[in-house]
Amino acid sequence: MLKKISKIPFKGTPEQEAQLQAVIAECKGDNSLLMHVMQQAQGIYGYLPLEVQKMIADGMDVPVEKVYGISTFYAQFALSPKGEYNISVCLGTACYVKGAQDLVDKLCEELKIDAGECTEDGKFSIEACRCIGACGLAPVLTVNDEVYGKLVADDIPGILAKYQA
Amino acid sequence: MEMVNIKINGMPLSVPNGSTILEAARYAGIDIPTLCYMKEINEIGACRICMVEVKGARSLVSACVFPVNEGMEIFTNSEKVRKSRKTTLELILSTHNRECLSCVRSGNCELQALCLEYGVDNPGRFDGAQPEYGFDASMPHMVRDNSKCVLCRRCVAACANQAVSVIGANARGFDTHIGSAFELDINNFACIACGQCIVNCPTGALYETDDTAKVLAAINDPEKFVVVQTAPAVRAALGEEFGYEIGTDVEGKMAAALRRLGFDKVFDTNFSADLTIMEESHELVERVKNGGVLPMITSCSPGWIKYCEHYYPDQLDHLSTCKSPQQMFGATIKTWYAQNMGIDPEKIYSVSVMPCTAKKFEVGRDDQNAAGLADVDASITTRELAKMIKGAGINFRLLPEEQFDNPLGEGTGAAVIFGATGGVMEAALRTAVKALTGEEAADPEFTEVRGMQGVKEATYSVGGLDIKVCVASGTKNAKAVMEKVKSGECDYTFIEIMGCPGGCINGGGQPHQPASVVNSVDIKALRASVLYKSDANKDVRVSHENSAVKRVYDEFFGEPGSHKAHEVLHTSYVKRSLYND
Repeated sequence: MLKKISKIPFKGTPEQEAQLQAVIAECKGDNSLLMHVMQQAQGIYGYLPLEVQKMIADGMDVPVEKVYGISTFYAQFALSPKGEYNISVCLGTACYVKGAQDLVDKLCEELKIDAGECTEDGKFSIEACRCIGACGLAPVLTVNDEVYGKLVADDIPGILAKYQA
Repeated sequence: MEMVNIKINGMPLSVPNGSTILEAARYAGIDIPTLCYMKEINEIGACRICMVEVKGARSLVSACVFPVNEGMEIFTNSEKVRKSRKTTLELILSTHNRECLSCVRSGNCELQALCLEYGVDNPGRFDGAQPEYGFDASMPHMVRDNSKCVLCRRCVAACANQAVSVIGANARGFDTHIGSAFELDINNFACIACGQCIVNCPTGALYETDDTAKVLAAINDPEKFVVVQTAPAVRAALGEEFGYEIGTDVEGKMAAALRRLGFDKVFDTNFSADLTIMEESHELVERVKNGGVLPMITSCSPGWIKYCEHYYPDQLDHLSTCKSPQQMFGATIKTWYAQNMGIDPEKIYSVSVMPCTAKKFEVGRDDQNAAGLADVDASITTRELAKMIKGAGINFRLLPEEQFDNPLGEGTGAAVIFGATGGVMEAALRTAVKALTGEEAADPEFTEVRGMQGVKEATYSVGGLDIKVCVASGTKNAKAVMEKVKSGECDYTFIEIMGCPGGCINGGGQPHQPASVVNSVDIKALRASVLYKSDANKDVRVSHENSAVKRVYDEFFGEPGSHKAHEVLHTSYVKRSLYND
C-alpha cells in the first residue's frame, strides 16, 4: 500500500535538529549507514517528513530521492507523525477474521483520517499492525500502551471519548 | 585472456572468462532480447526478458547478469524460454496503457517490438487491478507518463549516471513507480533537462514536450517570417530516423527537407558556433591577460549550465558569459539580420533544431532577449524534426542534397565539430593560436581532445604561453572536474564541458536506438565521425575566417567583446538550489 504523506506542517525543534546533525556527523562518508541515519532520525522526530529527509540527504551527500525511495520501500519508516494517542489495530489473522477491518473503518470515519495518518490537531493517529499475540481477545487494538479487546465497531466512539477530553 | 568453453544452442564456443551469457551469445551471433539492461549503467537483471535455460540449473537465469563458466550449456530459444518471455511480456502489459496507435513511440517502442517477436496475441490476458499512474509535465522540456512505464529503471540509471538522481523507484511491489521524492513534480528538484532519461526509455513513458504544432502554426501564418537553424549534431543523426546507417551525414537532405517544410530561411547554427568561438576566445584571452577568473568554462550546453547553477552555484564566475550558439544565432537574427533585411523583428519566428532537450529550457531563460523579444521562439529536437518531415509526406531518402541559405548558413570546419565532446575546445584552440601568435596553427587538428573518454586533458604551448585544457562530457564527469576547480587543485586555463556523455551527438533530443544497438555499437563515435569528416573536407577550418562572421562584425558588432557584442551575444546566470523552495 502507498504510504500516506502527512500534510501537517513540520514542527521540528532546534534540539531535534542538533541531535540529527550529531548522528549525521558520525556517519557521513559511509553510504552504507544511510538506513541507520534514517532510523535514528525517525527515533528523533517520530517520522520522516520531507524537511528531515532533506537534512539527511544534504548531510550524507546523497540525492533526496534516494532517501525517499528507501523510506517508501521499507515498512518501518513512516511519512506521517504519530499522534499523542497512537491507535494500533491488529490485523493479524485472528483479529482480521473477527472483523478488525470494521474497527479500522470506524476509526477512519470518526477521526476523518486514513490509516497511516495523524489528525490535524496531532491528537490521534491510526495504524494497522501485525499480530500482537493477544488473539484470545480478538479483535484487538491498543491506544499507546492500553489494550482493548473483543471489540465491535460501535465500541469505537466510547474509546475515543476517553481520550478526547 | 582466460577463455572458457561453453555450448550455446548446441554450438561449441570459446569465450572470455567473466563474460555474461548475453555477451557470450553475441559472440555466437545470437541476440538475446533485453529490456532493462544498459551496459555499465543498468545491470540489474530486473525485467526477466533475457531469461535463458542453463543445463542443470534449477530455474531459468537472466542472461544479462549471469556469468558463463566452463562447460556451461545454454539454450536461448527453447520452448520453455520463449514461453517465459511471452508470459513476462503479458504480465508487463497487464498494467500498461495500450494506446499504442497514438503513442509517441509507436514504431520504435522496444516493448512493442518484443511483443511482435514473441507473438503476444492476447495483451489483456492478465488484466486486473490498475495502479494510479503519475503524470508529470512540470518541466518545459519533457513529459513523464507512468501509464507507459515498464519499471525497467533505465531512466533512473541514466539520471544517476549524470550525477543528478532526481528520479528513482518509489514504494514497493505492485505500488512501485518511478518519480521524484514525496511524489512531487520533478521541477521541485534539480533536474537539468538533459533528456538522457528520454533517450534511454524503451517505451513512451518519457518524451520531450512536443513543440512541432507551434512551429507549424508559425509556418502557416503568412505574417510570420520563419527562420530555422540546425545544430551540428542533428545532421549526424537525423538519417537514423529514415533508415540510414548510424554515422551517415544527411546535411544536404536535411536542408532540402527544411525548405520543403516551408521555412522561409534555412540557416545553420554552425554560423553562430563560429561566432561563439570569436567571442569566447576573446573572453579567454582577456581573462588570461587581465587576471580574470580562471579556468574559464564553456557555456554552450544548457544542461551543463543548469547543472552548474544547481550544484555549483558558487562557481558561476568560471562560466563564459557567452550565450550558447543557439541563442547567439537567435539574437543575431532578430537584431542585425532583421535590420539588414528590413524585417520587423516582431514578425520573425525563430526556430532551432537541436539534439537537445535542455534547449527547450534555455529558450525560456531570462537575459536571452537581445531585441526585447525571445532570441529563439521554439526549439525542437532531432526526433521532432523527423516527425515533422514524416508528417509532411516528404520522402527524405529521395530528396536532393541542398545548401543552406546565405549569409547565415555559412559555417567552418571548426563549427561543425562543436557537436562532439572536445569540439568546442579544438575550435577555440585553432582561433586562440592565431590570436596569440598571429599565425595559423600548423596543424588544425588537436587530436588530444578528441575521443569519447569522459575526461580529457592536454597542455599546449602557444606563443610562449602554456595553455592547460580539460574536456569533460556528461555531468558526472563534470562533477569530478568541478570538485577540482572548487578546491583549487587544478591549474587548467580553459575547460570544455558538455552536459551529455559524448557531447551533443549523444544528446537527449537525438533519435532513439534500441538498447540492443546502444549496448553493442559505439553510437557516439560513429555520429562524431560524421562531424570530423565534415571538418576535414571543409576549405575553411577556422572560425575567424568565416566570411559571414567577419561581415557581421564589420557591419554590426565591431570587435569581439565590444559593447554591442556584450549586449547581444552575452548573458548572465542565476544561483539555484537543489530544491525549489
